[in-house]
Amino acid sequence: MRLVILDNYDLASEWAAKYICNRIIQFKPGQDRYFTLGLPTGSTPLGCYKKLIEYHKNGDLSFKYVKTFNMDEYVGLPRNHPESYHSYMWNNFFKHIDIDPNNAHILDGNATDLQAECDAFEKKIEEAGGIDLFVGGIGPDGHIAFNEPGSSLVSRTRLKTLAMDTILANAKYFDGDLSKVPTMALTVGVGTVMDAREVMILITGAHKAFALYKAIEEGVNHMWTVSAFQQHPRTIFVCDEDATLELRVKTVKYFKGLMHVHNKLVDPLYSMKEEN
Amino acid sequence: MPPQKVGAETRIVQFTNCRILRGHTLLREDLWIRGGRILDPEKLFFEEKRSADEQRDCEGHILAPGFIDVQINGGFGVDFSLPSEDVGSGIALVAKNLLAYGVTSFCPTLVTSPPDIYHKVLPQIIVRNGSSQGAGVLGVHLEGPFISHEKRGAHPESHLRTFETDAFQELLKTYGSLDNVAIITLAPELRRSYEVIREITSRGICVSVGHSVSHLREAEEAVQNGATFITHLFNAMLPFHHRDPGIVGLLTSDQIPPGRQVFFGMIADGIHTNPAALRIAHRAHPKGLVLVTDAIPALGLGNGRHTLGQQDVEVDGLTCCVAGTKTLCGSVAPLDACVRHFLHATGCSVEMALEAATLHPAQLLGIEKQKGTLDFGSDADFVVLDDSLNVKATYIAGELVWQDKTLSH
Repeated sequence: MRLVILDNYDLASEWAAKYICNRIIQFKPGQDRYFTLGLPTGSTPLGCYKKLIEYHKNGDLSFKYVKTFNMDEYVGLPRNHPESYHSYMWNNFFKHIDIDPNNAHILDGNATDLQAECDAFEKKIEEAGGIDLFVGGIGPDGHIAFNEPGSSLVSRTRLKTLAMDTILANAKYFDGDLSKVPTMALTVGVGTVMDAREVMILITGAHKAFALYKAIEEGVNHMWTVSAFQQHPRTIFVCDEDATLELRVKTVKYFKGLMHVHNKLVDPLYSMKEEN
Repeated sequence: MPPQKVGAETRIVQFTNCRILRGHTLLREDLWIRGGRILDPEKLFFEEKRSADEQRDCEGHILAPGFIDVQINGGFGVDFSLPSEDVGSGIALVAKNLLAYGVTSFCPTLVTSPPDIYHKVLPQIIVRNGSSQGAGVLGVHLEGPFISHEKRGAHPESHLRTFETDAFQELLKTYGSLDNVAIITLAPELRRSYEVIREITSRGICVSVGHSVSHLREAEEAVQNGATFITHLFNAMLPFHHRDPGIVGLLTSDQIPPGRQVFFGMIADGIHTNPAALRIAHRAHPKGLVLVTDAIPALGLGNGRHTLGQQDVEVDGLTCCVAGTKTLCGSVAPLDACVRHFLHATGCSVEMALEAATLHPAQLLGIEKQKGTLDFGSDADFVVLDDSLNVKATYIAGELVWQDKTLSH
């Protein structure tokens, strides 16, 4: 793996956005060649989305030939509920960029047959040629998407009941009222994300530090599902200083020492303006 | 996506780089229009999987709902109370010229007149939607003749009437028809007024108290019987008294039926109301304040002598009086100027100042689902304003119907 450590949240968000930007542009997407991106929700990626929007508004990055697949969506929440992941993606990303609505895929938590919806989602990913870069986050309990502790590390897109840890963490988005938080969600499986050609996990904040430690310094374990990516050929963890608080000093020093190598991935920052 | 031939009705236009008034705040959001209505872009994206056919850059301006004037007696030389053979043309002329002031809907107002004039004029004024031809007509505002003698102001004495003989039938005989009437201003102290108010409001017409010497108790009774508006607060009514606040007391009355509220019109032209009085009224009941012009035919014509109903009036700057007297008789300040004056005089937020000319009059008339807001599904009648709230462009049903020469799009 690559462990990229930046001083603070803003710098980590920017590094991640630059990386995504460069990957899309270097891929040279076009009419018959779409770049497929897996996308997360939550508070961690907000800064990254803001930077990507900025690059788009400056004319440096277009999403015209990008297809996106979100990781998850609550079950039973109306699509236009302010806390649904559809609302999140519209307000924080889609409405600010030029992506074709037909290419923005999010699981439908109100589908009549939820498992069929999940199967169809897997098929859509397959038909799109697989995912080039899956961006994700990590829960305080070490989960990726809604693959809660105990999820199979080869799981596919399916219905999951949320763990209490997750419900508690989400309560802040529902006026602190536990009874209002959805208890089930549709989520891509660990196996689904592992199939991506490249994975980037964003981890910021001290409250995620223990989960990061479990994910990269302990063994592969279905209780900390992000640990599965130790067996993926191309994974990048992008963190801020606070997220590394539970790691060994030796680990942090090693990877900080590699920053000059890591930074070559984002500097120079490419622009679609140069292509024209 | 291959380019599609898109018909005008289904063409989606996205107004970008603007701040829109929605949910009582100015939000940095785009405004999406389709088929003359405000469109929900999120629904469009996820359900129809479509994007905009056209984007228009608003240069950072403010987009507000089109202004609504519920009390305007004429303008540009046209007097709505004058019994001409072609009242329609006069209405059309005013409607067209109001677009420059950001007004997209209005209530042509008739002052106290004899029955034969109502019978001639009213059938010629039809409720209609706005268009590139001019602002929409929401219905007629009948100010008088059932008003107080003492507080008649500029209304002609000889044509005042009471409800004594036949109550509602008297009213019906006087006006002839109530088909296109939106508001009736009357004095509630007139005997039998309460039964008349009940009858009028049961037909979906708004009743306003004004030109009256009623005390608070009588005004409250009028409200309990259905009245919901006060015509030009402070003007043509008893002054506020701390032991009998009169009609002004309705702003803070505890006798208003639950679920209802009283709206009050204010002429914020800097002449009809002292700024301090404007502030008192605004602070007492901000949600009920409705900005009106009470504009007379001289609106837009400059200084000089003009007519109003059966009388002559003299205009000097922004002041208009009954010729030869000091009695104020309407205003020549356009509604957008009133919004700006109101903003400066009260120090209120831009949102509040705008809502006083949009949301509140729409709520008064019960049409807030179609007019007065930029909510999804409502009619796309809106104005483009700069930060000083000067009108730069006016749109009706999503179509550009007026623009300032300096605006680029």
